Amino acid sequence: MSGNRAPLVEVIGLSRRYALPGGRNLQALDNVSLSVAPGEILGIVGESGCGKSTLARIVMALDRPTSGNVLLEGDDLFALSPRELARRRRNFQMIFQDPYGSLDPRMSVARIIAEPLRLLPERLSRAEKAKRVAAMLEDVGLRAEDGARFPHEFSGGQRQRIAIARALITRPKLVVADEATSALDLTVQAQILRLLRDLRARHGLTMLFISHNLGVIEEIADRVGVMQAGRLLEIGPTAAVMENPREEYTRRLLAAEPTLDFLEQPA
Amino acid sequence: MSLLAVNNLTITFRNRRSTAETAVVKAVSFSLEAGETLGIVGESGSGKSMLSLAIMGLLPGDARLSGSIRLGGQEVVGASDRALDALRGREAGMIFQEPMTALNPAMTVGAQIAEGLCLRGGLSRADANAEALALMEQVRLPEARRRFASYPHEMSGGQRQRVGIAIALALKPRLLIADEPTTALDVTVQKDILDILDELVRERAMALILISHDLGVIARSAARTLVMYRGDMMEDGPTVQVLRQPQSDYTRQLIAALPRRSRRSLEGAAP
Amino acid sequence: MRAGMMRWLRDNKALAAGLVITVSIVVLALLSLFWVPMSPTKMNIAQKLKGPLENGFSSGLLGKDHFGRDIASMLMVGARYSLTVALASVAIGAMIGTALGVTAAARPGFTGAALGRLNDAIFALPPILSAIMLGALMGPGTTTAILAIGTFMIPVFARVTRGAAMQVRARDYILAARMAGEGEVTITLLHVIPNIASQIIVQVAIQLAMAILTEAGLSFLGLGTPPPAPSWGRMLADSQTYLLKAPHMALAPGLAIALAVLGFNLLGDGLSRLIDPRRRIER
Ligand SMILES: Nc1ncnc2c1ncn2[C@@H]1O[C@H](COP(=O)(O)OP(=O)(O)OP(=O)(O)O)[C@@H](O)[C@H]1O
Ligand SMILES: Nc1ncnc2c1ncn2[C@@H]1O[C@H](COP(=O)(O)OP(=O)(O)OP(=O)(O)O)[C@@H](O)[C@H]1O
Ligand SMILES: [Mg+2]
Ligand SMILES: [Mg+2]
Repeated sequence: MSGNRAPLVEVIGLSRRYALPGGRNLQALDNVSLSVAPGEILGIVGESGCGKSTLARIVMALDRPTSGNVLLEGDDLFALSPRELARRRRNFQMIFQDPYGSLDPRMSVARIIAEPLRLLPERLSRAEKAKRVAAMLEDVGLRAEDGARFPHEFSGGQRQRIAIARALITRPKLVVADEATSALDLTVQAQILRLLRDLRARHGLTMLFISHNLGVIEEIADRVGVMQAGRLLEIGPTAAVMENPREEYTRRLLAAEPTLDFLEQPA
Repeated sequence: MSLLAVNNLTITFRNRRSTAETAVVKAVSFSLEAGETLGIVGESGSGKSMLSLAIMGLLPGDARLSGSIRLGGQEVVGASDRALDALRGREAGMIFQEPMTALNPAMTVGAQIAEGLCLRGGLSRADANAEALALMEQVRLPEARRRFASYPHEMSGGQRQRVGIAIALALKPRLLIADEPTTALDVTVQKDILDILDELVRERAMALILISHDLGVIARSAARTLVMYRGDMMEDGPTVQVLRQPQSDYTRQLIAALPRRSRRSLEGAAP
Repeated sequence: MRAGMMRWLRDNKALAAGLVITVSIVVLALLSLFWVPMSPTKMNIAQKLKGPLENGFSSGLLGKDHFGRDIASMLMVGARYSLTVALASVAIGAMIGTALGVTAAARPGFTGAALGRLNDAIFALPPILSAIMLGALMGPGTTTAILAIGTFMIPVFARVTRGAAMQVRARDYILAARMAGEGEVTITLLHVIPNIASQIIVQVAIQLAMAILTEAGLSFLGLGTPPPAPSWGRMLADSQTYLLKAPHMALAPGLAIALAVLGFNLLGDGLSRLIDPRRRIER
C-alpha cells in the first residue's frame, strides 16, 4: 500500500519532554521519525506509557514537540497560521483514547458529533446537519434517535462509537485513532473495522491506528510500528513484523498475547 | 452459602421524553463462590457495567432496580447508604471501565490510593503512603516513587488504568469486579495484571468478576463465563463449553467476529 | 413518587432548609411591594417602643420602634433593599469575576499572572473601606453599597472560576473542541462556562449571604440606603440606645439578618453537596 507517492504525513525526529514532579524530566518521545502514505493505515503498538498518545496529539497539532517536525502534505504543521491550521483541520481528525473524557457532559450527542461540521467550507442547514449526524450514528451501530441523549447515558463502548462518529463526520483524509476499538465487543469491533476499511476504499482514508490489540492491528494495518520508552524500535509491513520480529521487545509482546489455544476440547 | 447471589435482577431507566421504561438488565440470576473467577462477555451496551454498579450499590440515581443481590449474606438492593458504604472497599471493590471517571482530577494519584487505606483501612497517613507506593510498584507503574505526586492528567491512559487497579486492590476486597481492567494496557503489562488477579483468587480466595471483550483474557483467567446480550443472560457455563460449543446465536456471532489471529489460536488446538 | 421525595428530603436536608428560608424571605420582600401590615414610615408616638403585641394587634406582630413605626413592616421593606443590594453586588462580582477567572485559565502565562495581581489588589480593599471612599466621592446610598460590595466580590469569583476552569480545561473534550477548529473564546463560552456553571451557582448563594451581612454592616455605619427607607442595618444601629428598654428592637433585625445569612449559606452548602462530583459517583 505504501507506494511511492508523496507521504501525507511525515514525522521527522520528533521528541517531547515532560517535567515530572521533583524536577526531573521525562522523555516521552525520543527522536521518532515515520511517514504515512495517502490511503495507508499505519498501526502503532507498544508498551503502555511509551508515548503513543503523545505522538498522536503532536501529529494533530494539539501539543508541540520539544524538537522535531511534522509535515502535513509537505507543509510544516507548526509553521501554519492559526487560521490556516483551522482551515486544514477538516482534513485531519482524532479519536481520543478516553472516550468519556473527550465528550462534553453538558452537550447532547447530536451536538457533539456535529461539532466538527463547522470546519466545512460550506454552511450546512440545520436539517442537513441532522441528516448527516443520523447517518453517522447508524454507521457506528447506534440509533439516530440516540442523538438526543447525553454522554453519561451510554455504555463505555457506545461512548467510544460516539467519539468515532465525531471524528469521521467531516470525511477527513487523515484520522489518528488512539485505541479506538478498545471498548467494543468483537461484533461491533468488526463492524467498525469494516467501516474504516470501506472509507479507505471509497475515499482513500489514511490512518495512524494506535492499538494494544495485536489481532486488530493484523486485521487493519498495512504496516506496523513498535514503540518502547519513547522510541520507535522497528517498523515494517504488518505480516513481516508479526512473523519475523527483529526486536526482543516485539518478540516479548507477541509472546504475551493471550490466546485461545490452551482451551482444551470439552470431554 | 455463596459469597454473591444475584437473583432475578432487573435494572430499568425511565425515558426522559416518554413514560416508557427501558430495561437494560433483564431478570439476571447467577451466583459466585469465594475463590472463583466469573468471566462476563457481551455486546457493547448489554448491561455488564450496570450489573456491576448494581452489585456495588453505585447505580446512577435515575436507575430503578428490582430483584435481589446478596453479598456476604447481606442484601444490597434497598440497603441504606451507610450499609452500602460499609460493604464497599472491604467486602467488594471495583475497577471501573473508564479510569478517569473514578479518579479525582485535583488530587495526586498517590494520595488517592492512600485515601482509602486511611479512611477505611484505618492506617496512619505514613503507613498508607508506604502501602500506596508498594501498590503502585505492584501494578508496574514505572518510577512509582516519582509518579506518586503526579496528577491523573499527567499520566498515560494505561497508567491511569493501573492507578484505578491499585485503588481497588488497596483494601483487599473479598469480591473484586474488574470492568474491562486492561483495555489500555499492552499485552505484557496486561499479563502481569492478570497474574496478580489470578494470584489473589488462588491464594486469598478472592472472588473475581472479570468483564472483558477479549476472549483470550477470559479464556486464560475465568473457568466459568456468562454471556450477555441486550440485557439478557444468554449463557452461563464453563468457559471451554461456552467458547467451543456456543448455545446462543450471539455467542456464535462473537466467535465468528474474532480477529483472524485469535481464531487461528482457537482452531489451532482443535484436533 | 412520595417515597422518592422523602428520600430526597432526607439526603438534602440543608438544601431543603435553605430553600424554605430564602424563598420565604424573598416572598415577604416581594409582598411588601403590594401590601404591608402597617406603613413602615408612619410614626405613632403613642405606640413608641411597644413590644410585640403589647397593645394587641395595634402594636404589631414584632412591636414598634422609637418613633412608633411598625417593625414587622420595616423588616419586610428592609428585606427588599437588602436583597436588591445583595443581588446587584453579587451579579457584578459574578459577571466580572467569572470573566476574569475564565480568561486567566485560558491564558495561563503573562495574562493569567497579571489578572492574579489585579485580583490581589482588589482583595486588599475591604468593602467598608471602599464604601467610605466611594461614599466620599458620590455620597452614601444604595449604589455606593452595591459598587463597594460588588468590587469586593470580583476576586472571590475570579478565584473560584479560575480553579474550576483550569480543571475543565485539562479534559480531553477541550482538545476535541480544538480539533473542531474552535478558538479560545468559543471554547470558553461553549464548553468551559457550562461545565463550571454549577460551581458558580453555589458560590452565588454563599456570596449572597456575605453580601447581606456586609450590606447590614454598611447601613449600620450609615453608609447604606439612606433614611427614611428602612434598612436592617440601620434598625440595628437605632436599637442600640434602647437595648435595655426595648430589646425587641435589636432582636428583630438581628434575627432577620442571621436568618437570611443562614438561609443562603445552607442553600450554597446544599447545592454544593448536590453537585459534588465525588458524591455523584458514589450514588
Ligand atoms: N502532561 C503530562 N505531564 C507529565 N508527563 C506526562 C504528561 N502526559 C504524558 N506524560 C507521560 O509521558 C509518557 C507517555 O505518555 P502517553 O500518554 O503518550 O503514553 P501512551 O503510549 O499513550 O500509553 P498508554 O498506552 O498507556 O495510553 C508517560 O510516561 C506519561 O506518564
Ligand atoms: N443513565 C442512563 N439512562 C439511560 N440509559 C442508560 C443510562 N446509563 C446506561 N444506559 C444504557 O444501559 C445499557 C447498558 O449499559 P452498560 O454500561 O451496562 O453496558 P455495557 O455492557 O457495560 O457495555 P460496554 O461494553 O459498551 O461498556 C446501554 O444500552 C446504555 O445505553
Ligand atoms: Mg495512550
Ligand atoms: Mg461497560
